[in-house]
Amino acid sequence: MKKAIFLFASLLVANATLHAQMKAELVTTAGYNVGDKVEDFNLKNVDGRMVSMGMFADMKGYILVFTCNHCPYSVAYEDRINDLNRKYNSKGYMVIAINPNDPTLVPEDNYDAMKVRAKEKNFSFPYLYDEGQTVMKKFGAQRTPHVFVVSNNGDKGNRIEYIGAIDDNYEDATAVKHRYVEDAVDALLAGKKPETTFTKAIGCGVKVKKA
Amino acid sequence: MLVNVISIRSASSFNQLQSAVQTNFKTMKRLWFLLFLTPWWINKTNAQTPTSVMEAEGYKIPVYDFKNIDPILNRANDTVYVYNFWATWCIPCVEELPNFLKFDSAMHNQPVRVLLVSIDMKSQLRTKLVPFLKSRNITTPVVVLSDPDANAWIDKVDKTWSGSIPATLFVYKGQKHFHEGQLTYDELYQTVESLRKQ
Repeated sequence: MKKAIFLFASLLVANATLHAQMKAELVTTAGYNVGDKVEDFNLKNVDGRMVSMGMFADMKGYILVFTCNHCPYSVAYEDRINDLNRKYNSKGYMVIAINPNDPTLVPEDNYDAMKVRAKEKNFSFPYLYDEGQTVMKKFGAQRTPHVFVVSNNGDKGNRIEYIGAIDDNYEDATAVKHRYVEDAVDALLAGKKPETTFTKAIGCGVKVKKA
Repeated sequence: MLVNVISIRSASSFNQLQSAVQTNFKTMKRLWFLLFLTPWWINKTNAQTPTSVMEAEGYKIPVYDFKNIDPILNRANDTVYVYNFWATWCIPCVEELPNFLKFDSAMHNQPVRVLLVSIDMKSQLRTKLVPFLKSRNITTPVVVLSDPDANAWIDKVDKTWSGSIPATLFVYKGQKHFHEGQLTYDELYQTVESLRKQ
């Protein structure tokens, strides 16, 4: 009898999960373009504290990475995102990762799972939960990972300098030819505009509840 | 894969279709000489050489880079080609996939061809893609597009494509219609019908 109840309960859970997944759809909302001024956000980090760009006003800029737990592309880039922060934090560009997915659609991407992943992968940067998906919509983040390099221009505000992929090979970090984000940040650190300001990439569509 | 496609197409019912694929592998070994007798296939389908062919569990899946799949995506003849870009890890893709399978078997007598273009990672073809196809008995032709420099080719498929999947490209007599996002069975049907009317 107990077995039967357990089976029934697991079926219910499986059904609910399936149902939630079925509501998932792709976002095609337009967001920021390169050159646009960026509004700050205030989102909950995996340590429970709220994080905004403004908290790190001494930074020259921010490498915002919309990423998540479940997506194989995000997973493939986890070490590279860590490396980006190690390389550029001390130079003035810090990584801030934001999980844009609705956890009711992808349970693997819920806040508790984010904490576990951040610990496992020893994330050296904030990993924020975009509750209500407002930041994702404002930016127009469409997939994971999706990077927005933002410069901090003091009183003139934060501005988008680059939108797109981290590099040109999700499959093999050793076979990368173009490091788009590094090239963009290097240019900005040298006081120049990035040569490539927009790239496209395959990735997991951000999971948004249908209205 | 070519042999697969042809014999799948000559099967007249869905059940036959499934058994065709299962027995196909053995038959293929015996009938390999047909490859020499029927070079017209090559012209008809405008086949391109895949970068490699992944063989596992009776499946023979051609793997292309973009340069090699591009001519396939640009076939211009009286057949409507429906290219569905998907991956096993993509939840909305897996959700809409039954519509394409159903559409494919409904169109088996029509000059309409569905090709499932998987962008699963090369390292996951054996561990994810093949078990997925096997567990769902998928007989609709599948190829893999493995070309990690996606920024170089996304625009060549369609300028409006953000890179998100699912995405579907319809090609008919050199005309193209591109759709990003899921498609229902009816939408698939209507898109193909309206292309054929033009």
